[in-house]
Parts: sequence; structure tokens; C-alpha cells
Amino acid sequence: MRFLARRLGFYLLTAWAAITLNFLIPRLMPGDPVELLVARMKGNVDPAAIDAMRRAFGISDASLWQQYLNYLGNLAHGELGRSITFFPTEVSTVIADSLPWTVGLVGVATLISYLIGTALGVIMAWKRGTWLDGVLPAATFMHAVPYFWVALALVFVFGVTLQWFPVSRAYGLDVMPELSGEFAQSVLYHAALPAVTIVLASMADRILGMRNVMVTTLGEDYVVMAEAKGLTSRRVMWSYAARNAILPNITSFALSLGFVVGGSVLTEIVFSYPGIGSMLLKGVENEDFPLMQGIFLVISLAVLVANFLADLAYVVLDPRTRQESE
Amino acid sequence: MNVLEIRDLGVDYLSGTGAVHAVSGVSLDLRRGEILGLAGESGSGKSTLANAVARLLRPPASITSGSVVYRRQDGSAVDVLGLGRNDLRAFRWKELAVVFQSAMNSLNPVITVGAQIDDVLRIHAPRMSRAERTERSVELLQRVGISADRRRSYPHELSGGMRQRAAIAIALALNPEIIIMDEPTTALDVVVQRDILAEIKALREEYGFAVVFITHDLSLLMEISDRIAIMYAGRVVETGTAKALHRTPRHPYTLGLLRSFPRLRGAREELLGIPGTPPDLRSPPPGCAFHPRCAMAFDACSRTLPVLTSEADGEVACLLNDGRGVS
Repeated sequence: MRFLARRLGFYLLTAWAAITLNFLIPRLMPGDPVELLVARMKGNVDPAAIDAMRRAFGISDASLWQQYLNYLGNLAHGELGRSITFFPTEVSTVIADSLPWTVGLVGVATLISYLIGTALGVIMAWKRGTWLDGVLPAATFMHAVPYFWVALALVFVFGVTLQWFPVSRAYGLDVMPELSGEFAQSVLYHAALPAVTIVLASMADRILGMRNVMVTTLGEDYVVMAEAKGLTSRRVMWSYAARNAILPNITSFALSLGFVVGGSVLTEIVFSYPGIGSMLLKGVENEDFPLMQGIFLVISLAVLVANFLADLAYVVLDPRTRQESE
Repeated sequence: MNVLEIRDLGVDYLSGTGAVHAVSGVSLDLRRGEILGLAGESGSGKSTLANAVARLLRPPASITSGSVVYRRQDGSAVDVLGLGRNDLRAFRWKELAVVFQSAMNSLNPVITVGAQIDDVLRIHAPRMSRAERTERSVELLQRVGISADRRRSYPHELSGGMRQRAAIAIALALNPEIIIMDEPTTALDVVVQRDILAEIKALREEYGFAVVFITHDLSLLMEISDRIAIMYAGRVVETGTAKALHRTPRHPYTLGLLRSFPRLRGAREELLGIPGTPPDLRSPPPGCAFHPRCAMAFDACSRTLPVLTSEADGEVACLLNDGRGVS
């Protein structure tokens, strides 16, 4: 438990650093969002409105220290300021609307990719030297291909040429976004191609990573001993070899979970999926600093939470980490 | 009488630069309930021989010739090398168990010691209830001197000696006829080593299993073994009772091994050791593989491969004195 408390402390410190950087970086840049907004309206704004906007965006001439305290206070209430792109919508609302789409699509796809990839890696290591080794070049190829290229290829083949799947949006224009079977069906149908993209593009990493560690583990004495004990192949493969081989792969899984929020920007853009990635693109296009800031904050926090989950998983899976280190 | 009969066994490691003949033409008997010591330098093929008997060899190793026959108490014979998958699983651990070189690595780090005994029982004795299995695990651990509450410990929570004891407890789980011990005490300090050896002897008295005890430490073998087989370059060069081997070694190699360490008692002797290095097993020297390092070699040694011939209290493969070796 001391281990976890220490890790938790570390993550809180890191989160504070991330929040502080997130506060500082935009303020160190020249100009402010209101000037940008005024510029977009070609200067046809009366000074009173400019003043109102400055207040709305929380821009003040107070000291940096005072601004920092205000920022932390607002953050505690979940206030991230107003978006410029979607003015006057709050950034927190924009993120709250798009985050479920990303987490739902990328999160589920990452999980599927991890489960299938790990299982395939285990089996391929177990059956090394057989025809299954033929999958390796394909996996290496997929490992090397950028995932937006996979997305484009899938859109071209299954979306445009064969027209089996829709190529954009998260659900059809003909359904209402409500809790109904019809809506769920439309969401799944629209998520199919982007999900397959993510699974295909990230699974190769899982397969190769798991297979490599597993092959090493198979040479360990305890695996030979398990075999000598006359245990079934299934038990030797999963409880002895894979159970140990999975430990080094937990970290990489945690990293990919952390990047669920921000990592599939290009996939979302190719499929015009209304997730965090698309929002980030819009934010960048419109120099929407409050929105970008909010999204970056969410991404950093997601990475930290994922890492903490990985630490938890480690404690559960590896008894050696439970030992009190003196 | 014999529980295991190895005949003309050959094992090759296939490599890009030619096959390595790790074990060639080995014939060896293991008698019921005896401790057979298997000694030799690193790379002499002792572990390969043991792994071949347990069918644990993996590619690129392959058995090229010979047979291994296991004889049950009722006299029926089992062709070990011809066992199918399921029969092999049953043979392993019920009839033959293995204690590996370092128990540090032979216990699964993420499973408790108790669970590692339990899974053997669950597979091989499916009729035992959970409570019976737990009871048996505790009994086994206590038998090797580990307290019952250690059942829930993970390997990293045990000392080296305790881990080795736990590995022995796992080996005893099904009362096997044969236990192969591959350098079971090498990684331990001498005091713990002595305890473990005494334990092995006591357990053998109690359960009556036969042991193949592999080590490069001949002095240790002299103490624990009933009989000893000396291997050199993949062949057995001499066998005999521990006493006979100690008193009158017949093969120059055995003599060299015996003179590689000082005696604590008795007359002072010159430490001879063995000059040179073990041969490359891809192309072993013609004739007797030991002749380039042998002080007593003569012409015929580089031409004729000596065969293992029976003597009064053992066997030797040496051309000296018309095949009787050093006398």
C-alpha cells in the first residue's frame, strides 16, 4: 500500500505541474483571445463589447499570481473558460460533448486491439516455428504503416468503392440522438470503420511486443518446470508463461490508454468523427486557445490516470511489487 | 531391479555450423531406490542427458538414436521416447520428477508456493478435494522443513535454501519413482547445501525413490551417491560405486577430476587438475575424445574409440592396460 500511496503522491505532483504549465504557456504568448476575436470580426466591435468579452474570457490586468489563483479556483469548479470557435459555449461543455465519442470509439477499439493482440502474441510465441510465423511479416507491415493511411485505405475500399459503411459522422442524419435501439445501431454502424482502423493499426504493436516477451519467458526455468510437472499445455501457456510475459506489456498498454483521448486525432479527422481530436483540429484552425488549453489538460490528466491504473494493475498482477521496499 | 534403462542414447544440437553431438552412445542403468551421481565438466552433456530422459529437450536439440525404458514396479516396461502427449503428461511427475538447477528460477514468481504444489495435484489427482490438496501441500512443505503458513508465500519471499526445499516438496508431490536433480545445490552456500543433501538422503530412505544427481562437484557426489557415472564429451567414460571410484579411479579423466580438489584428510597429494579445455563437440577428436588432454595417452588412443567395458565393480572406457584403465 505504501507503494501505491507513493505513486499517488507522484501523480498528484505531476498533475499540478501539468495544470501550471497549461496555465502559463498561453499567458507567455503574445496577444490574447479577444484581440484574435476582434481581428476575426475585422475590428467592427464597439469598445464596451470588447470589455465585456475580456471579462467573459477572464482576461484581467491582475498580477500573474492572482490570475493563477483564480485559474485554480475556476478549475476546481470545472470552469475552463469559453470557446472562441463555439462562442459563447463553455469549453467544458464542448469537451463534455465530444469526450464520450472519443472514449467510446478509441477506448473500446484500443481494448479490443489489446485483448486480441495479446492473445495472438501469446499463441504465436507458443506455436513459433509453425505456419503461424507467417503472420509476422504482415504484423511488421501493419506496425510500420501510419494509421491515418489505414483509415484512408478503408474509407476508399469499404466506404467509397463498396459503399458498405458510412465514411463520416458518428450517427446517421435520419436518427435522433436519444436512447433507442435505432440510435445505438446507427452509432455502431458508423463506428465500425474507424474502430477497425484503430484495431488494425495498433494491434500489430501488441502482437509483436507480446510475442517477443513471451518467447523469452518460454525459455525460463519455471516454464520448463511447469511442462515437466505434466501440466496441460493450456495451463503452462497461460498461467505460467503468459501470466509472466504480460507484466512488461502493462506499461505500454497504459500508455496507449492514456493516448486514447488524444492519440487518434487523425482517425477522427479522416472519418469526421465528432470526438476530442476533431475539436482539437477546429481549435487549432481558429486559434481557440481556451479550447486547446482545455483539451490539452484533459489529455494530460488522462495519461496520468491511465498510468495510475497501470500501477494498480501491476500491484494486483505482480506480487513482487507488493513487497515493502525498505 | 532397474527402474530406468538408457541404451545408446544420442542427442544432437543442430546449428548452422554443423551438429553438436552433445550426447552420444550413452548407456546407463538407474537401479530402484539408488542415488546415481552424474558428474563431468560443463558441456559434458549431463544436463542434456537428463533433459532427454525427461523429454524436455527443445529444438534445436533432437534425439538421434537410442532408447529410454522405464520399468514399473510390476515389471511392465514403458518406452519413454515413444510416449504420446497424454501418456507423457502422466509419466511426468507421477513417475519422474525434476528439481532444476536454481530454484530461484524454477518457481513461478507470480504464484504462491502452495498453489504450485496444488496445480500438480489438481492435474494428476483429480479425485482429491480442495481440502485434501491443501492438507497434502502442507504435509509436503512440512516434510522438507517449511512451516505451513509459508504455503501462501510467493517465491521471492523465501530464501534460496527454502526455495530449493519448496522445489523438492513439489517434486515429492506424487511420490515419483525417479527424481532427476540437476545441480540442485549449486547456487546455495555450503551450509545450506549440506542441509539439503541430508534432507535428500533422508527423504530417499523414507520414500524409496531413485535419484539422478547431476553436478560438476565430484567430492559432493562421493558423499551422497551410491553409484557414480562420469561423463566426458557426451559419453560415459566410467561408472562405479562411489567407494570404488574414490579408491581406484580407472579412467585418467576421473583421476584428473579427483585430483582437482584437495583432500582435507589423509596424505598430501599434488593437485593435478586437467590441462586443456573440453573439445569442440561439432568435431570431437578421433579415437578417445580425452586423448589430447590425457597425460597417459599413447598411439592407439587417437585411432580407436574405447568402448565401455565391465570391470569388477564398474565400467570404464579406456584403452590403458588392455581396456582396464589406470590400475
